[in-house]
Amino acid sequence: MRTTLPPDALDRTDRLLINRLQDGLPLVHAPFAAVAAEAGIPETEVVDRITHLREIGAITRFGPFLDAEAMGGAFCLCAMAVPEGRFDEVMTLVNAHPEVAHNYERQHKLNMWFVLACERPGQIAEAAERIEREAGLTVLRFPKMKEFFIGFRVEA
Amino acid sequence: MTPPATLDATDRRILKATASGLPLTPHPFEEVARWLFLPENEVIARMQAMQDDGVIRRVALAPNHYALGMAANGMSVWDLDDARSEALGAQVGALPFVSHCYLRPRALPDWPYNLFAMLHGQSRDEVEAKRLEVAALLGPACRTNDILYSTRILKKSGMRLAGEG
Repeated sequence: MRTTLPPDALDRTDRLLINRLQDGLPLVHAPFAAVAAEAGIPETEVVDRITHLREIGAITRFGPFLDAEAMGGAFCLCAMAVPEGRFDEVMTLVNAHPEVAHNYERQHKLNMWFVLACERPGQIAEAAERIEREAGLTVLRFPKMKEFFIGFRVEA
Repeated sequence: MTPPATLDATDRRILKATASGLPLTPHPFEEVARWLFLPENEVIARMQAMQDDGVIRRVALAPNHYALGMAANGMSVWDLDDARSEALGAQVGALPFVSHCYLRPRALPDWPYNLFAMLHGQSRDEVEAKRLEVAALLGPACRTNDILYSTRILKKSGMRLAGEG
């Protein structure tokens, strides 16, 4: 969904929940107890508010976030400089690869940015080289070396 | 690189049961346990072990940036002094309007940038103002920067779970 909610769709408590619950829930019998106490509401209301936030589309997901690399998968951000006249042709051949998970057009000389997702690390190079051969263009590879996660905050 | 964590069939059942989200009740792990005919303490212990191994990064909420008014976003990229890139990357990642922040290798000569930070704002002007804030934070440790706006999503498919059972 790319629509913006009206500014009064969320109250202070909703904003607090959105900010706090991005950081990770304790894995315990009553995981909402601490945030409920901070917000000054019962745990059942925390749950009802999350349900509502999901219904109105303020949040996309609530649950475990998996690290595919820790499960043995491999990811790599890649970029190509595609000549304007060949953009659709190259897009079609790139998107045809099942390893291509996302692909974005961006305003830059490097105008095609995609993520390769493979089950094993060695398959990243194979997929990138296949795309290079098919497109006749260099695939620059930007594997993640370090990730800094804090999340995104709404103004409380 | 650490070897992939080994998951058994029960771990995979837990991941599969929660793949579309945790049940929204005050005791979600008790509910998952009920679905799977497992004791709640086993579900919790296994999820904790998977989190300790890094298979589960966290159990959390994902905001919808667009719905929350952050309609504009750009991939900002920075050429940081290598000696300071880890410390400065952590500071950029901690900014409230940055959602993803990574160190990546440069691809010289075409691509001098080693820090990637996704900036969010209500408009492109606001994103540009935030880019200036990041530039001020980095100071002379950053040689040059750029920002790439996405103009089209060409493909978006979900993450495939390797060996999902």
